Amino acid sequence: MLTAFMSYLGSEVSPGVAGNQLWALIYILIIFGGVSVAVIAMNWLERKALAHFQVRLGPMRVGPHGLLQPIADAVKLLIKEDIIPTEADKVVFWIAPVIGLLAAFTVYTVVPFGPSQAVSDMNIGILFMLGVSSLGVLGIVTAGWASNSHYPLIGALRSSAQMVSYEVAMGLAVVSAILMTSMNKDGTGTLSMIEIVRAQQDQHVWFLFKFFPLGLIAFVIFAIAMVAETNRAPFDLPEAESELTAGFHTEYSGLRWSLFMLAEYAAMIAVSSIAVTLWLGGWLRPFPNLLSGTAFDVIFSFFPGLTFLGLAAIAVLGTMRMPKHNYFRIQTLGLGAFAGVLGLIGLLLLVIAIAAPISHNGFLLRAATALNNVYWFVVKIAVFMYLFIWYRATWPRYRFDQLMAVGWKVMLPISLGVLIVTAIVGVIVS
Amino acid sequence: MNDSNPLSPLDLETPDKTYLDSNELIINMGPQHPATHGVLRVILKLDGEKVLGTECVIGYLHRGVEKIAENRTYTMFNPYVDRMDYVAAVSNGLGYCQAVEKLLNVEAPPRANYIRVILTELNRIASHQLWLGTHALDIGAMTPLFYTFRDREEILKIFEKYCGARLTTHAFRIGGCLYETYAGFEKDVKNFLAFFAPKIGEYEELLTTNRIWLERTRNVGVISGPDAIALGVTGPVLRASGVKWDIRKAQPYANYADFNFEIPIGKNGDTYDRYLVRMEEMRQSARIIEQAVNGIPEGPIMAKVPKVIKPAVGEIYHSIEAPKGELGYFIVSDGSTQPYRVRVRPPSFVNLQALDVMVRGMLVADVVAVIGTLDIVLGEVDR
Amino acid sequence: MAEEIKSPVPQPPDGEAKPAAEAPSSPQHIAAPEDEKPAAAPSGASEEAKTAVPATPPSPKPAAAAAPPAKPTAPAKPTGPVPTPWTSPMVEKYKRQYGSGLEAQTYLGQNYFTVDSSLISDFLRLLRDDEQFDYCVDVTATHYPSRQKQFDVIWILYSFARNERIRVKTQIADGASLPSSVSIWPTANWLEREVYDMFGIKFDGHPELKRILLPEGWKGFPLRKDYGILQQDNEWVQINLGIESGQ
Repeated sequence: MLTAFMSYLGSEVSPGVAGNQLWALIYILIIFGGVSVAVIAMNWLERKALAHFQVRLGPMRVGPHGLLQPIADAVKLLIKEDIIPTEADKVVFWIAPVIGLLAAFTVYTVVPFGPSQAVSDMNIGILFMLGVSSLGVLGIVTAGWASNSHYPLIGALRSSAQMVSYEVAMGLAVVSAILMTSMNKDGTGTLSMIEIVRAQQDQHVWFLFKFFPLGLIAFVIFAIAMVAETNRAPFDLPEAESELTAGFHTEYSGLRWSLFMLAEYAAMIAVSSIAVTLWLGGWLRPFPNLLSGTAFDVIFSFFPGLTFLGLAAIAVLGTMRMPKHNYFRIQTLGLGAFAGVLGLIGLLLLVIAIAAPISHNGFLLRAATALNNVYWFVVKIAVFMYLFIWYRATWPRYRFDQLMAVGWKVMLPISLGVLIVTAIVGVIVS
Repeated sequence: MNDSNPLSPLDLETPDKTYLDSNELIINMGPQHPATHGVLRVILKLDGEKVLGTECVIGYLHRGVEKIAENRTYTMFNPYVDRMDYVAAVSNGLGYCQAVEKLLNVEAPPRANYIRVILTELNRIASHQLWLGTHALDIGAMTPLFYTFRDREEILKIFEKYCGARLTTHAFRIGGCLYETYAGFEKDVKNFLAFFAPKIGEYEELLTTNRIWLERTRNVGVISGPDAIALGVTGPVLRASGVKWDIRKAQPYANYADFNFEIPIGKNGDTYDRYLVRMEEMRQSARIIEQAVNGIPEGPIMAKVPKVIKPAVGEIYHSIEAPKGELGYFIVSDGSTQPYRVRVRPPSFVNLQALDVMVRGMLVADVVAVIGTLDIVLGEVDR
Repeated sequence: MAEEIKSPVPQPPDGEAKPAAEAPSSPQHIAAPEDEKPAAAPSGASEEAKTAVPATPPSPKPAAAAAPPAKPTAPAKPTGPVPTPWTSPMVEKYKRQYGSGLEAQTYLGQNYFTVDSSLISDFLRLLRDDEQFDYCVDVTATHYPSRQKQFDVIWILYSFARNERIRVKTQIADGASLPSSVSIWPTANWLEREVYDMFGIKFDGHPELKRILLPEGWKGFPLRKDYGILQQDNEWVQINLGIESGQ
């Protein structure tokens, strides 16, 4: 056991590739925990950001600035009565959210937070991700069917039709990005997620900017299609309250509904990670060409620590602005403690970032690079998450036939066109 | 009209066929539904997603206002009219007070007319803001709701300062106004106008050129001008179909003839045009208020009206341009202190009739949009 | 004195229900002490105003109580406006056509026809086709239980081209029915349903004459004068609880 533990340290590859099951398990647990925390944070962020877009405050009472709101929501959902419609097919009713959850979480096996910070590096990584995330449709359809009520059924069918139609455009956009990976020295492309990012590193350009504007168009197609994939606004007709009550999850309450919500947010993070990996350079720091050189590398390596210190500063500001009243004492203390924790993490990261190049300690250097990789990957995903919330606040929703028309009549031809042109340009250039 | 007989009754005799057997599905929307703006029940006959016909079941909010009127004196009935179109209560009060004043053959003094116009136009803006927020929410845009409600607060604050109530204001009395304008009224109204001017721009920025909004509202719920006239539709719905008619210009009341303002009209009679017409109406209302507030004359605010109002025997019909359409009061007096018959001609009731014609051939999601664009208030539909 | 009586409803010195067609003679709301005399005060008002201003609130009453006899131009009869005959080319045309079945009058500036119920559908159609009354504003009814022909059914019509609004009234007995005007103006569909719902007047030829505001099985027609809430309550209590209502 200890050898299994120690043998992996210092490895440059992911545990799956290294064959180390113990570390793979550890990574899986870390990722599972991380995604769960991310989903909780997303829930909070969505409510707060949406509220601020709408000129209101959002949750403020449960915990300072509503920071404990997601926990309160989780507890509420757990202790709710588990209602199953009498006519529902009980086994299928139980299984449906599980399928959705499985599909959403299994894809994290190949998400590359760094060159060795992934659970495994399958050589068909991207194919695996697209395939497994499509299984989520099964969960939705079974949920709608098992509810034995026509509103959820209509919602489920619509949702599945929508996901399937946007999958096509997504897939074609992904293929055009894959084509770009084959523009490296030995002319072979790759489907492996880590190799895709390496390809961007070797070609010294993020695929977003490659063969401009082809990479950009492919990225935009994917960015729109992924919003439709995850049933988010403006493509959220299946769960539109004003038209079909709540779509396929109308009959689900309590824990089962929270599983759907978990699956939805996890799927959002998963497709964002595809976008980040394929076009935005994965774990690479921004501006690798414009601001290149070790000096800039060092500056960018301070970013993780500075980010946390910045967050801590905002939290401190919030603490100072808390009303000076007895009722707010616990909240002020809580926020202050939170600020302290954030500050400590920031300081720790900063220390590692500073000490690593100075001390030339192998362990510290590896830790610093690992932290940097994970940090940049997560930041790019966070930008996408914010965009998801922004879309929801701003735009009305598409009617279903318009949604399908956009998917088939606009996205598909454009992505096909981009694919063909990318292929032609690639052949010409190489 | 789209059909050979568009107003033929809905064929609802399919109770023994399950919806899986035939192509037609009968879906019931309401009376509790997030998007029907009150207790409205719409029975839709669908072919897949397309609407073949609708039937509106109303009357859930019927309170017998017209019967009540026969047992109240003219002054006592005044607060009841606020409760019909509770979103634009000031307009309702204006119509009723003016109808009784006509019956009594008195005219409200100029100062009262100015105050009435200012408050009524403020209420028009507030009513349109509420319409915009809820309509946008039905179509999926959540944010304009909060913006319009926040801005509406300013108007409601003015109402509260003036007459003590935000919603059911009972602002006017027969013969004029009861309350003098409070100290700072003009300043408040002017501040509101300055506050409001960029707000319409905010709403328009979110919606008017948004591609999704355009797709959801263009060519949805189209009704042509002649159809609208035949169906008795009035208000912004009629104007969006191209008929340039506004009672404030055609048969002016309460010194609207003294103010400069335009009547916006649309071309296609679809939801988008109705949206544009109402946005422009808000701007024009602000224009009227600005002219009015800059020139409120001094003078009495109440005409000489007897303490006990006993109009002579006769009938009168008076209508005003409420935010929803032509709001009319038909009052029959038998010479006593209580009206013999009060008939309220509700614009939302008549406009709702046009729903059937407007949604034939549309999809289910459009039904919600069209109900929103008709701007109905069930309190007025049912009375 | 002016400030004190600013807020409450002003009471004219005489409590009569005189329609104030005569100009308001005694202004109660006075913005400034100088502007006591608003426009068009009959000659008696100046007398009143002079006595009213310097005195305390109770005094305008006795002063003004003395005023009516002092008003030389005030009409003595308190009957107010009456319907007067309405003449216009259109009216002449229809009077010639229908003779005694049609009357046209004006009250307080609003014109209306009173038509025999047998002529009503033709007349309405002619109004729409020939006289361009293309907008049916309202269809309503009034119940006069003491009359032979108990119901007054009123159409309020408007013409966009002429910017003119008229009413058409007809009288029918209880139990009689009228031809429906849905074929003339589709607006009348729900409007006639409401008249049926509230009064029980049937319209022949209406595509779907059923109750609109009240539930399907409702008994009685509420806006009739012989329908009351007490009777309804007694009936319900008797049927459902088997006792006499205590109302």
